[in-house]
Parts: sequence; structure tokens; C-alpha cells
Amino acid sequence: MMALREAFASFRRAPLLSALGVITIAFSLFAFGLFGLVAVNIRDALQSIEDRVEIRAFIADGTPVEASSAAMGDIHAFPEVLSVTYVSQDDALVRARKELGEFSDVFEPGVLPASLDVKLKPGYRDPTTVMAVANRIKSYDFVDDVRYGEDWVAKLYRLRTIATLVGTGLGLAFAAVAVIIIGATIRIMVMARAEEIAIMRLVGATNGFIRMPFVLEGFIQGVMGGLLALGLTWATSTAISHSFMRTAFFDPTLATLGVVGGALIGLFGSTFAVGRQLRRL
Amino acid sequence: MSLVRFLNVAKEYQRGGVALSHASFQLHKGEFAYLTGPSGSGKSTILKLIYMEERPTAGDVWVSGISTREASKKEVSMIRRHLGIVFQDFRLLEDRTAEANIAFALEVTGTPTDMIRPRVARVLTQVGLASKGTSYPRELSGGEQQRIAIARALVNDPYVLIADEPTGNLDERATRGIFQLLRDINTAGTAVIMATHNLELIRRTEYRTIELNHGRVVFDSVETPPAEKPIEAIAPDQHDETPI
Repeated sequence: MMALREAFASFRRAPLLSALGVITIAFSLFAFGLFGLVAVNIRDALQSIEDRVEIRAFIADGTPVEASSAAMGDIHAFPEVLSVTYVSQDDALVRARKELGEFSDVFEPGVLPASLDVKLKPGYRDPTTVMAVANRIKSYDFVDDVRYGEDWVAKLYRLRTIATLVGTGLGLAFAAVAVIIIGATIRIMVMARAEEIAIMRLVGATNGFIRMPFVLEGFIQGVMGGLLALGLTWATSTAISHSFMRTAFFDPTLATLGVVGGALIGLFGSTFAVGRQLRRL
Repeated sequence: MSLVRFLNVAKEYQRGGVALSHASFQLHKGEFAYLTGPSGSGKSTILKLIYMEERPTAGDVWVSGISTREASKKEVSMIRRHLGIVFQDFRLLEDRTAEANIAFALEVTGTPTDMIRPRVARVLTQVGLASKGTSYPRELSGGEQQRIAIARALVNDPYVLIADEPTGNLDERATRGIFQLLRDINTAGTAVIMATHNLELIRRTEYRTIELNHGRVVFDSVETPPAEKPIEAIAPDQHDETPI
């Protein structure tokens, strides 16, 4: 109880120093949050492209509907397959005209073949799996040809791998910088109160008792800094959405993780800093 | 009853050399003792060994019957609750009132909240500053600040009050006041051990004097007749009565 009261009292006694701690945590996490925002949007963009990965199996003219329907059931039972759609010659013409816009009159009815459009489940959209499923579909007698955009599937997969690696590396670097800056700030704040710690020891306070208000203060500052960083990141995201392009924001789980991360940095940073100070005295 | 016991104590610092050697003495319940000697003679080292800021390199120090050589961190904290410590530079928290500075010593030792206010009021009265409880240290004179520091040291009802040059930063009048206060505290039953350069204080009283030189106890009035006191041997330039 006394620890909690002291933790809040220190905000009142040294408002500038406390504000410095909160702002440092907030801006360090804000920089990390901006990076996270870019990473989330790149991930979403790649995801939306990846969702479009599909295998198109063109059906030979004159194939009985029963044969293609039976094949649809087979293909749908493949563990990698999410959905199979039959596109008739007429549907293919409508789709082609819609996609080509002003050049829609280049196709005559009956020119385009019917097809089975196969979508794969997430996690099965890498080049190797796509090619394996495509080859299995190609083995049906009535299938003339199979297309799945080999080149761009491979490129997309490579891009996703690079984005994941770069994102993880940069993320760790940003997080490390944030932890170092926040840790240094907390250490300065604890050092500024070295005399108070020394007096507490001289009058017989145990180390655990001395630590508690500082640890709580670090935790509170971490939560406040995390919330401030979240607010700043949200404001930035909203401003970009209004001015340039629509951007995705963190989902509630990620946002909560950000604040919890700030709280944990504050908690462990202050625990470490007080421990150092107690060893020095 | 022996509250503090030094037996052949030596203290050596890695960089500072020998601060104390073969020091042996005892401080009994209700006793008043001066520690005197030139700067660097080991006065503060003895006090630090009592309140366990330092541990002996050789020999042993017992405080309230516990060997400080073997005391755990928890035991050190518990022993310190029964020691009152006063410094030359007061060591008050500038951002808290006099009352809050005193209450701090009770709060951090887990005293129930409802007991804090009456105990703070009692010690403030005892040091003659009942009306200054809401003042901040910067609003008080040096002598008043030292009285608050003494009140903080007293509030846990210590067995021993340890004072390291408590009048070193005070003018003559404030020094007399603080000295009288320490005498009153001693009369009430608390043992006092006080490091000082102030020979006038020592001459005016018949309290026990332990004199140190180069880290050795060269004189202890308990063991030596008053006629042989070598206090006069200390050079006048070793006095430290710089007013603040």
C-alpha cells in the first residue's frame, strides 16, 4: 500500500522527471509502433495478393458436365484445396469482357474454354505446393492446360520471405533501441533518487521494500508511455488514411501487446536499475 | 549491557589503505561517548562499522549481540531499525516536509499508519520543533534541519544514536543547542556515540572520550584516568566548526 502511494507520490514530487520517463517510453515505443504499422500494412498487402493465388484448369471442349462435376468433388477433397469453382464458357466470356473493359468486344462467344478455378488454403500457397496440386489436376484427361502464374507465385513467395526476415530483423533492432533508451532513462531517474534510497537503507528498510515503489513507478510509467505511444501511432495511421492511402491499424491483440510491452519494459527496467543502485550503496 | 562491541577490529580499503587496526572497545546501554581524532583517523569508519555500511576486514563487531560479520541483509535492516543515525550534512529529503521526512523512517519500516502521526508529533516536540512540522528543509536553519534529522533518528526509539560530526556544519549557538539535545536524549536512556572535532564540547563535559589516530584507539577515558587525557595534543587547525 505504502509502495503504491509512494509510486504515485513520486509523480507529484518530481513531475518533470516522471514526465521525461513517460515521454521517453512513449516515443521509443512510438518509433517501434510506426515500424510495426508499416510491417502490418506490408503483411496485409502481401496477404491480399496471396489470397488471389489460384490454379485455373482449362477443360477440353466437349467434356461432359458429369465428368467435370465428378472431378470437382475429387479436387475439393484435396487437403490443400479451399474451393473449386466451375466457370462455363459463357461465364469465362463475361469475366473476360469485364476485366478488359473497353476492349471487351475482342472475344467472340465460344472462344474461351470452360475452366475449374481452384483456390488453395492459406499455408499451401508456396510455389512447390501450388505446382504439385497443379500437376495432379493436370493428370485428368479432360484438362487441356493448367495455369497458375508460376513466375509471380515464386516472386510473391520470395518477397514474403524477404519481408518477414527484414521485418523481424528491423523489429528486433527497434525493440533493442527502445529498451536501451528506456533503460537509460529509468536508470537516470533512479540515480536522481539515490539519496532517498540511501536514507531508506539507513533507517532499516529491506531491499525488497525499497525496490517496490520504484518497480511500481516503472510499471505505471510503462503503461502510460505505452498508451501514449498507441495514441500517437493511431493518430499517425488515421492522418495517413485521410491524406494519402487507406492504412490498416493494429488489431486489438497487437495494440494490447504494445501497451503490455511498455509496462514490462518499465517494470524490468526499474527493477534492474534499482538493483544496480542498491548494489552500489 | 554491551550494545556495541569492537574486538581487535581492522578495516582496510582496497584503494584507501588501512583505516582502522586493532580497535577494541565496548559501548554500554545509556552511555555517551565521543569519538575524536584528526581527519582520517578512523572515526567515521568506526561509525560505519556500527551501522554496517562497512564490514570489518579482521576482528569482529557486535551490535545488539549480533556479529556484523555474519549478519544477513535482512538482519542488517532489522538492526538498523534500532540505530538512529545522524550526519553532518543532515541528509533530509528536500521535496518533503519535516513531518514527512520523519514519517518516512516509520513508513519504510512498516509502522501502522495510525501510529505514525502521534510518534512524529512526539519527536518533533522532543527536538523543540513542534511548530515546524509542515516546513520544508530549505525553510529551516542548519540547526533546525539537524534537529529534524535527529528527530528522524529518534522516531524508531533506537538503542544507540550514532552521530557523525553532527555539529560540523553549524554555528556556535546551534552547536550548543544540538549538543544539549543529544545530552537530553542520552539522559532519557538512549546511548549516544558521537564523532566530533569540537574539543570545546569535549572539554566542557566528563563524558567518555575515545581518541583515534592513524586508525588506532590511542586513548579511551574509561580505561585511562582523566589527568592523562591527551586531547590537547590535537592541533587547532583540525577543528571543524565552519558555519553554514
